[in-house]
This record gives sequence, C-alpha cells and structure tokens, in this order.
Amino acid sequence: MVEAAHSLVRRVAASRTFLAGALLTGLLVATAVVSLFWTPYDAIVPDMPIKLQGSSAEHWLGTDHYGRDVLSRLMVGARSSIVVGLVAVGLGLSLGVVLGALAAARGGWLDELLSRISDLVFAFPAVLSAVLITAIYGPGAVNAIIAIGIFNVPVFARVTRAAARQAWARDYVRAALALGCSPLAVTWRHVLPNIASLLIVQATIQFAVAILAEAALSFLGLGVQPPQPSWGRMLNDALTYMYVAPGIAIYPGLAIVLAVLGLNLLGDGLRDLLDPRLRRLR
Amino acid sequence: MRVSPMLEHLIRRLLSVAVTLFAASLVVFVVLEILPGDPAQVMAGYEASPETVEVLRKLYGLDRPPVERYLDWIGGLLVGDFGISHAYHVPAANLIAERLPVTLPLAAMALTIAIAVALPLGMFAATHHNRRGDLTVMAASQLGIAVPEFWFGILLVLLFSVTLGWFNAGGFPGWDEPLAALQSLLLPALALGLSQASILTRVMRSAALDTLREDYVRTAWAKGLTRRRIVWGHVFRNALIPVTTIIGLQMAFLIAGTIVIENIFFLPGLGQLMVGAIANRDLIIIKDLVILITAMVVAVNLAVDLLQAAIDPRPGHHG
Repeated sequence: MVEAAHSLVRRVAASRTFLAGALLTGLLVATAVVSLFWTPYDAIVPDMPIKLQGSSAEHWLGTDHYGRDVLSRLMVGARSSIVVGLVAVGLGLSLGVVLGALAAARGGWLDELLSRISDLVFAFPAVLSAVLITAIYGPGAVNAIIAIGIFNVPVFARVTRAAARQAWARDYVRAALALGCSPLAVTWRHVLPNIASLLIVQATIQFAVAILAEAALSFLGLGVQPPQPSWGRMLNDALTYMYVAPGIAIYPGLAIVLAVLGLNLLGDGLRDLLDPRLRRLR
Repeated sequence: MRVSPMLEHLIRRLLSVAVTLFAASLVVFVVLEILPGDPAQVMAGYEASPETVEVLRKLYGLDRPPVERYLDWIGGLLVGDFGISHAYHVPAANLIAERLPVTLPLAAMALTIAIAVALPLGMFAATHHNRRGDLTVMAASQLGIAVPEFWFGILLVLLFSVTLGWFNAGGFPGWDEPLAALQSLLLPALALGLSQASILTRVMRSAALDTLREDYVRTAWAKGLTRRRIVWGHVFRNALIPVTTIIGLQMAFLIAGTIVIENIFFLPGLGQLMVGAIANRDLIIIKDLVILITAMVVAVNLAVDLLQAAIDPRPGHHG
C-alpha cells in the first residue's frame, strides 16, 4: 500500500502536464475566491475621470471606459466563468450519465432513440440553443447555463454509454447479474465506479469548453449581464475602445486562454495518471 | 431487384437527414411558440399595451392552433416562403438571401484554411513522432485550442488594422469588387480557420499515428516502397477517413463561429442578422435562421459521409 502511494506521488510529480494544469486551475480558483473578499478597487462602481488609462502603479492593468479597474473586473469575472462552467457541466454530467447508463443497461429501441436525440443536439451548437432561449426569455447567466448545459448532456451520455457497455461485457458484471442483482444495482456498484475516472477527465475538459462558450455568449451579449463583469463582455466593450486603450482588448482574452489552457492540461494530465494500468496500484 | 449498397446507403442517410431536420424544426417551434412565454408579447415589447399585443397575435396568426401554425411554417420553408420579418417588414427570405453571400464564403474560406494548415501539420507531427517538431506542433495546437476565435479576431484587428494598417478593421464592400471582398473576409476567415485547425491538427496526427502502426504499412516498407509513397499514398489516404468525420462534426462549431466573428468584423452576414434579430425580438427571423443553420450543418455532414464512402479503399464499408 505504502509503495503504491509512493508510486502515485512519483507519477504526479513527474507529470509536467498535470502540474502545469493544476497550477493554472488553482490560480483560477484562487483568484475567484480572493475576489469574494478583496479586489484592488470596486469592480462595478464607475470612476469616470480616470477612464481608459493604461497600466500604472495604481491600476496595474489600466482602467476601462467607465474608469473601473481592469484587474478587479478580471478577478470578479473569474467567478462568472467558474459558476457558469461548473453548473453547466454539472447539469450535463448528471443528466448525461443517467441517460448514457440507461442506454447501456437497456439497449434496444431506447438506446437507439437516445443516440438519435444526441445526434440532433450535436448539430445544435450552444450558441444556437442560447439564441433560442434568449429570444423568448431574454439574456442572462441562467439562460447561458441552460444552453451550455444542454449541449453537455449528449457529450456525457456518449462517453458514459460507450464505457458502460464495455463494463457490462465484463465477467464479474455478468456474474453479478446471474446472482440476481438488479440492473440498477449493477450499474451503481460495478459500472459507474469503473467509468468514474473517465468521467472526471471528460468533466475537466468540458469545463474548459464551457468557459469558452460562456465567453462567446457574453461577448454576443447573451450571457452574464452588465454591470456584473464577465470576460466575454469585457472583450465586447473593447471592440469600441481598443483603439484608445489596447490593453482592455488583451487582458480579458489572456485570462480566458490561461483558464482554458489550465483545465485542458489538467484533463490531459489526469488522463495519463488515471490510466487503467495504474488502477491496480491504488 | 438488388439495390447497390452505395444507393442503399444514400437512401438510408437521406431518410435520417429528413428525420433530424423534422425533429430540429419541432424543437425550434416548441421552444419559441409552445413553452411558457408569449411570442406576441415578446415581439411587441413588454411595455406594449394589450391591444398592440392582440394586433400582433392576429397579424402573425399566433391565435391559430399550434399544429396549423407549425404546418404553415414548414410548408412555407419548403417553398421558400420564410415569412415576413417583424423588424424590417420585408420577406425574411430576402434578408437571408442577401446575407448568405457573406456567411457561406466566410465559412468556406475558414474551412479551407483549417484543412490547408491542419493536414500537413498533422502529418508532419505524426512522421516526426515525439521529436522536437512534433512537440512544437502539439504545444502550438494546445495553445490554439485555448484561444477563443473571437479574441484571436480582435488580436488580428489590433495587429493588422490598428498597428500595421494593412487591412480595414471591418465592413464588407460587396462582391462587385471581388478582390476587396476577399480581402475583407481574409482576417475573419483566418481567425476562424486557425482556431479550427488547432483541433484538426491533433486529429490528423493521431489518425496518422494509428495508421502508421497498421500491418499493411509495414508490408509497404518491406516491399521497399519509397517513404513518400508510403506516407502520402498509404498513411495519409487511410488516415483521412476519421479526419473527415471530425471535419463534419466541426462544421457546427465553424458556423457558430461565423455568428460570433461577423460581429467583430462588422460583416453583414447571417450572424449579424441573428444578433440584430435578438435585439429586435424578431422571432420570425430567429426561427428561420436556427433551422437554416441546422440544415446547413446536417447537409455538410451528409456530404462528408458520402465523400467518406467514396474515399474509403476498403470494399463494402459504407457505414
């Protein structure tokens, strides 16, 4: 056991991908948490006399067109990205796993029907569902979450279905069924634990996708509404003012890149670390 | 009578396209007109008097039974009658037809750039597996995946329009001036195309790596074929099959990308029409655009699927 734990620690320490990803993701989360208690300046109240300033000792990343501190707004914006991303992925994960596990357990027409529906949703990028929802209910963070969440359902349903079908074919699962376990119990006790690591990796990567989608929706004005800061919205404002203050077009984009890069690296690193060959060591 | 497998495949795929589009149209209709939320009230605006709302309800036939409304909409779409835009008071079909010559060439240019960049880079990375060139390509694509295409577009504007002054920052001169039109589509197509290329490069690389391990490739080496014939004649051609599938799947994102990118470069395409329609609460246009874009994505996937059946060297593999 001790040896196994040592081996895992060694592997974690050796995986540069995982470490870089964990570092960037940790930075993202830490920024959002710190912004709950402290930001250099108020992120929402305008201060017109100092609008569109470049970097300075007082305002490290300058100020926007209302004279608000860009760094403070980026910090609070991290919160929007994390909340929208987490809830959207959580929604897609919970619904997708149930549907995927059901399709794998039952098969037949139900499986076929669920596959067709997931094909349909795949032809519908998150932007289109957001447009539909926004058209009738108006823009907002909740509607953005629903749009991104809907897109995530078939992603998780497919991963779950494919992996669960492999698990169902294993001898010990067949044995459990033969011993009279119900399909639900088999799914819960044998199938899901087997595919959990796969789902964790997928969730990390979908989190990155969700942050990109949230940024695109806010950029179009379909996501988080002003004055609440969001990275996408800040880039939309920059379209008008970047000729005077290029900084406001650069920093929010960098924030998105670092967040997405971090989560993608974390996902890749986790995939390597959670490789099935490792599982017997734990 | 025996139908050839290719024809049978074609018929099966056309049926599934029809079912997909039917389902998509139901979803659009249900979300906009059946779920809670009054379309007449939305179009009239929330400050409108109940009388105005009733007038609009009559005008757009929203007082009729849902099944009738749905059949009317679909029947109209099939004969090219897309309804009258609520905001512009002109046929929606005209508005859409005016904007297709911007969006379609933009999407086509972006796709061409993505393919032209990704396939050679992916092949290069695969044939230099785990060497410095491969690692550089992989690092660049990892970064490219993290860069939102609209931010990349903004950076291109900052560099080429604001700093260097080589391009206009936006707008579209129309196809009467073909060179100027192409030029105004170039930066947005680059922004979209290179973003898509990041993903496609990885797909090409891993597909080529899989193919390189196949027995027939080893046989080809043993037969003494030149490296060039093996890499391009065997590996590339076979690896293209999974790559085309991903290209089809990426089309949904590419077209969604044009919606966003048009709004950076002030291009009068479908994306700008759509964002304007949301601001104007023009549900007629939104309904039509969403189903049209879905149809475009489905059509491209069908084309990819048929192309795949044509390039797949294995006999009888048409699924």
